[in-house]
Amino acid sequence: MPAFFRHHLLHVSAFALLMALVPFMVTSRYYLNLFIFIGIHTLLTLGLNLLMGYAGQISLGHAAFFGLGAYTSGILTVTYHVSPWPAMGAAVLVTIMVALVIGVPTLKLTGYYLGMATLGFGIIVNICFRELSGITGGPSGLVGIPPLSLGGVVLDEPRYVYYLIWGVTLGALAVSLNIVDSRVGRALRAIHDSEVAARASGVDTARLKIWVFVVSAAYASLAGSLYAHFVTFISPSSFGFMFSVKLVTMVVVGGMASVWGAVFGAATLTALPEVLAAFHDYEILIFGFILMVVMIFLPQGLTRGFLDLAERWRFYRRGIPAAKV
Amino acid sequence: MDLISELTQYLISGLTSGAIYAIIALGFTIIYNATEVINFAQGEFVMLGGMVMIAVDATGRFPLPVSFILAVSSVTLVGVVFQRLAIQPVRRPSAITLIIITVGASIFLRGVAMLVWGKDPLGLRPFSGVSPIAVGGATLTPQSLWVLSVSVVVMAGLQFFYKHTITGKAMRACAFSRRAARLVGISVDRMVLISFALSAAMGAVAGIVVAPITLCGYDVGTMLGLKGFCAAVLGGLGSSPGSILGGFLLGILEALGAGLISSGFKDAIAFLILLVVLFLRPSGLFGPREVKRV
Repeated sequence: MPAFFRHHLLHVSAFALLMALVPFMVTSRYYLNLFIFIGIHTLLTLGLNLLMGYAGQISLGHAAFFGLGAYTSGILTVTYHVSPWPAMGAAVLVTIMVALVIGVPTLKLTGYYLGMATLGFGIIVNICFRELSGITGGPSGLVGIPPLSLGGVVLDEPRYVYYLIWGVTLGALAVSLNIVDSRVGRALRAIHDSEVAARASGVDTARLKIWVFVVSAAYASLAGSLYAHFVTFISPSSFGFMFSVKLVTMVVVGGMASVWGAVFGAATLTALPEVLAAFHDYEILIFGFILMVVMIFLPQGLTRGFLDLAERWRFYRRGIPAAKV
Repeated sequence: MDLISELTQYLISGLTSGAIYAIIALGFTIIYNATEVINFAQGEFVMLGGMVMIAVDATGRFPLPVSFILAVSSVTLVGVVFQRLAIQPVRRPSAITLIIITVGASIFLRGVAMLVWGKDPLGLRPFSGVSPIAVGGATLTPQSLWVLSVSVVVMAGLQFFYKHTITGKAMRACAFSRRAARLVGISVDRMVLISFALSAAMGAVAGIVVAPITLCGYDVGTMLGLKGFCAAVLGGLGSSPGSILGGFLLGILEALGAGLISSGFKDAIAFLILLVVLFLRPSGLFGPREVKRV
């Protein structure tokens, strides 16, 4: 913890204060909802970023964990009348179990095989949401999910939901920063650079990869539960391949291996479709384009890439030959 | 319908879709052998083939064979442009970078197709006749015969290309060792380009012949691409005979699963097979055991 207090407390508090002021500045319900979605997507991106950006393990099926969180919460509260908070806890547990069962064999794979396996897993889960209609409500979805309540107050006002979701997201942000700065974080980056080298220097790569996979699945599950209790209606189409790709895009734009970048990526790509009218028709086209262009020209992601360019420029102006990056 | 004819029916539909999966799997294999890249946009070549064919045919100006050639050549062009603009400029290619780029290309092409042809799936007229042929209690549509015969021609053509043309031999040399191929004067860059062109063309052929059976929409590519990959892995990535066998095996297993268990889970069956193969024997049924180099 001391490292966290030394390096990040100021930044996180300043950011928290800024976010706490948003509901006072934004009065329109529409924009408040937008900020709520940014919060949910940030939580998702933070988790995927740990896995993809830091440990270098791709997941093309992350929407499945988001869906598992949402559906477990939804089914427990709607069908079995469990109250929302325990349901949310159960959802995280279910997701962690699934992530373990899937993660142990999957993370032995590398590169393309890992990509395809996670993609296949995501599609299987989505098919289950659609086909197990007795439990999940099938293609038409699950309606009437109750909102969360806190200390006797039902959180059905967007403003309350806003504080709840950003509270959780900021907590996750702090946890991420802490992980990244710890021994574990350095080990994760070592795996990213070379798994063999990491193993040779004593990192238990197999265990660590599963651990980070489970952590990122738990983030996604939490985001899914919060989403389900906020929108009160869920259907399989929200948890498909396209959503997984969007999450990858957010991580890529955020800069892969930058916690603050994850916030930036999630915020930009959530706000962009709302800001640009007529974006909707071009949405997948633009997301595809962003992915290609960023990865071709700045393979470290947009934020990291720009920082690198800026650094080189500084060196260049001082007449120092740029270090090989 | 008794069990035997029911099974025959599943076998026929399994062979038909298996032929499609086999061609798509070969497309993966061609690119993988030349570049060690798995092209996640492979399925979009299939979709584009079907969509361009439907669009050209809808103008009513060309006979089917001409539309066929036009569609295949335009998708081949897309493959070439894709390789030159999106794959070649990557400076330090790593698996994760190339996965993201090809996934990006895949949804980009999907987006383009959605803008051009809309969201509704379109149909293509069968190549010849619609009256089904009876085969031992089951029925076979003429289009299934087209699918099977075209795929056999494609597979045989590819074998001929690899074994008996100088370019094909050079491509095999590249697959064996790119450095050695370069040393004996083979332009590896050209071989990579040809592999993308060939792979796109084959994807397009698969998309065209299957369009009259299943409708073709902007979003069919991902699923077909994944199943083609599943077939390629099943047979052992990098092996052409493996891809063909994997394709037919997957098609038949899927048809049996859909018929005997549940049609809703048809797509899940393919991925379940994929996951099981990846977990238990990632080198596939016929592939060599992989040796990890550091």
